Amino acid sequence: MPESITPTATLLPERKLLETLVADILAEARVQGATSAEAAVSCSSGLSVTVRLGQVETLEHHRQRGLGVTVYIGQSRGTASTADWRSQAIHDTVRSACAIARYTAADPYAGLADPERLARAVPDLDLYHLWPLVAEEAIVLARECEAAALTHDSRIRNSEGAGIATHTGLAIYGNSHGFCGGYATTRHSLSCSVIAQDDSGMQRNHWYSVARDPTELAAAAAVGQKAARRALRRLGSRRLETRQAPVLFAPELARGLIGHFIAAVRGGALYRKASFLLDRLGTAVFPAFVTIYERPHLPKALASAPFDGEGVATADRDLVSGGLLQGYVLDSYSGRRLGMQTTGNAGGVHNLIVEPGTLGQEALLRQLGTGLWVTALLGHGVNLVTGDYSRGASGFWVENGEVQYPVHEITIAGNLNDMFKNILAVGNDVDARGGIRCGSLLLEPMTVAGQ
Amino acid sequence: MASPIPAGVADVNKRILSENAMTTDTLALARHHLLAPAELGDGELQQALARLLDHAIDSGDLYFQSRRAESWSLEEGQVKSASHAIQQGVGVRAVSGEKTGFAYSDEIGLPALLEAASAARAISRHGSEGRLQIWRSNPQPAVYQTLDPLDTLSADAKIHLLEQVDNAARRQDPRVNQVMVSLTGARDTILVASSDGALAGDVRPLVRLNVTVIVEQNGRREQGSSGGGGRIGYGWFLDEDRALAYAREAVRLALVNLDAVPAPAGTMKVVLGPGWPGILLHEAVGHGLEGDFNRKGTSAFSGRLGERVASPLCTVVDDGTLPNRRGSLNMDDEGTPTQCTTLIERGVLKGYLQDKLNARLMNMAPTGNGRRESYAHLPLPRMTNTYLLAGEHEPAEIIASVERGLYAVNFGGGQVDITSGKFVFSTSEAYWIENGRVTRPVKGATLIGNGPEVLTQVSMVGNDLKLDAGVGTCGKDGQSVPVGVGQPTLKIEALTVGGTRS
Repeated sequence: MPESITPTATLLPERKLLETLVADILAEARVQGATSAEAAVSCSSGLSVTVRLGQVETLEHHRQRGLGVTVYIGQSRGTASTADWRSQAIHDTVRSACAIARYTAADPYAGLADPERLARAVPDLDLYHLWPLVAEEAIVLARECEAAALTHDSRIRNSEGAGIATHTGLAIYGNSHGFCGGYATTRHSLSCSVIAQDDSGMQRNHWYSVARDPTELAAAAAVGQKAARRALRRLGSRRLETRQAPVLFAPELARGLIGHFIAAVRGGALYRKASFLLDRLGTAVFPAFVTIYERPHLPKALASAPFDGEGVATADRDLVSGGLLQGYVLDSYSGRRLGMQTTGNAGGVHNLIVEPGTLGQEALLRQLGTGLWVTALLGHGVNLVTGDYSRGASGFWVENGEVQYPVHEITIAGNLNDMFKNILAVGNDVDARGGIRCGSLLLEPMTVAGQ
Repeated sequence: MASPIPAGVADVNKRILSENAMTTDTLALARHHLLAPAELGDGELQQALARLLDHAIDSGDLYFQSRRAESWSLEEGQVKSASHAIQQGVGVRAVSGEKTGFAYSDEIGLPALLEAASAARAISRHGSEGRLQIWRSNPQPAVYQTLDPLDTLSADAKIHLLEQVDNAARRQDPRVNQVMVSLTGARDTILVASSDGALAGDVRPLVRLNVTVIVEQNGRREQGSSGGGGRIGYGWFLDEDRALAYAREAVRLALVNLDAVPAPAGTMKVVLGPGWPGILLHEAVGHGLEGDFNRKGTSAFSGRLGERVASPLCTVVDDGTLPNRRGSLNMDDEGTPTQCTTLIERGVLKGYLQDKLNARLMNMAPTGNGRRESYAHLPLPRMTNTYLLAGEHEPAEIIASVERGLYAVNFGGGQVDITSGKFVFSTSEAYWIENGRVTRPVKGATLIGNGPEVLTQVSMVGNDLKLDAGVGTCGKDGQSVPVGVGQPTLKIEALTVGGTRS
């Protein structure tokens, strides 16, 4: 292979340099007439490799920088960004932002986060673990991953490849209240997508592992084998007759259902009245056994953050307890719009956890009895204004707790309001690979459309 | 449905290119904009390509890009936020057989270019046979002007436009509760220099206006969205009151849905309206005919060239040359001129969409479909404007032929699993057909089908071909690119509708 040994993560610039840039941007904003301002500077680098059918397919080196500023002139604001860190570019970018702020309407709710909410300390959440991996090693690992899938079963006939990606980034945020904070993060992943084929046709499936710390990635061969098993089990998929059936959502899809809940209690959706969960604070959105909390400071977690996108300190909190909605997902702006306080969610939620139940997948299938176990969803048929839900699905038909055969080319439909209330069980089979952690979710009957 | 189409484009069979073909030297503009500030000339580009060719690679290319973009948004009757962004960089690619090495830099300058070339060429061993071909540049008639949309209206006029749209929406009906309007514009300047001899530049304007309204009646809330755009200046939204028509259309859609009853569940006859419902073609066949999936044999359409995959009523093309269209390009991101590619002709599979890499590996010709989101992404075979040609039936005749079924005229997004062929697209405006007549509106539902089969179920094709208003964005491998779709009214004998009413 290549003659040159390339380190995966080019060293990032000194943190001090980025802090100075943030200070320069804020100073420039002041000079150009901004009454307050906030700025973010970031840089990242990384390497990704894909291997297909044992051969290297792509080797990509990533390196990106960004700089963004929001200025306030009174209550009017303007935003501008660039990838250029030179002082002339900073001057021009601030000028663009100020030019916009001179045209936009005064907004009484606009402005920086309130000073008393800004993080006073930036705890080290252990989010930075460089992977001292060179391209050659990444290729070896990707090959091992894909080979495990290809040799798993003779019906694994083709592949979309296996990939390794490693990224490291440093981001600094500062504002004219005097806040300046930032931290470095890493993120590494290992993935595999293969195709199973028999007389019934082709089916593709994938699996992946992702972690802040490379030592916490799943073994390459295990990821490949799981991708292979997931593709194989889809072979011979049939359609179903249209019917009502209880539905068990696999954990990686259950996370998406909770994502719809979060989208509906976000400040932006609420103040625009674009949510099916308006004015529901303190009321039952879920059954009493459902508890959902946010834990922003979990060490090494994928969505951990010491402060949010506007410098506000993040903290543990309950979003749903006893099934009752305890809070919204707000930043300073939407908080002010709603007459409330920011919840430290500028930029999203930080490790949202649905408290696991006691049952694993097998036990949940038994509880499902006769119904649909959904393992993949297709499309975006979710209306957050009404809660109407209709998506393409594939998975397995289950009778008396036993998987009967794989199914596809069907839809599942209902309304999220009902679906949330109709949760029968939360599994203990938590998928921790994202910002929302949830086990399988078992729901009362939904409409399954098919033949 | 208001869906503005520039004059001449409705007659897409003739592929009208403007008679006074725009002949601006886009390469000279791109050199001036991208290379001159960094003091890069042909010598420096050749030096970078030579560094790539120092290793055993088949070809290499440099992709310079500079992008200027803005976004203005209105809510509660006022423009309260707006942003401006500048992005630039160069991507360097080395290709050897099926292998690709890639590196990029957000600095345009010789040291960064050479460093990226060294990283990209590491895909292959030292020792070269590759030769730099003599650059040739074949200017094509331009399908859009080289303007910068951001400069086509003053800031005051942009704000005034958004306020007018807001006003038009609120005046339309007292049940309008919220109006959100966004206006975005961008200009991309591109220069591609390839070891295979391609040297080309392009300047690409793109604008988009979108209106979303929320209406409320007796505690029930519904949403409606409409919009449009293209590779043109902002003045287009003022022509023929297009922007105001979007406002009225968004309100109309939302009000229709206030009366919507639950959608049916099951497999039934479906009539699709003209225009944006052509997302059917994008998902059901377009992606499955992209060269990469077919070269790898992972598409449900792999190895089926020459076979019947649709009813004889269906002819589907992908055309990047339609004037001012959102999905159009003068050249793709590898410098290949765009063209009109026939994918399905009278039901028979005729062609794939190709970039250079997959075309070479499949021993086919590139079709001008190598596209990338930016300099920081690798090119992939992608669609441009994908549509199905007009047939002979009157739309009313098609609806009248259906005893019971769904009439779907507006959609949200769609998705496809190219290997199994299963695809979905979700309605945002649909009606129940009873005894040949359009009756009550039904709620949004996802339709699901099988790509290689769905077009065999097409039994009637309307004479009302329409392209969408310029709103589509296609995602693949994490890369987004603007696209267009279109079709006439179509009748599909059997498609599964994912409602809740059994």
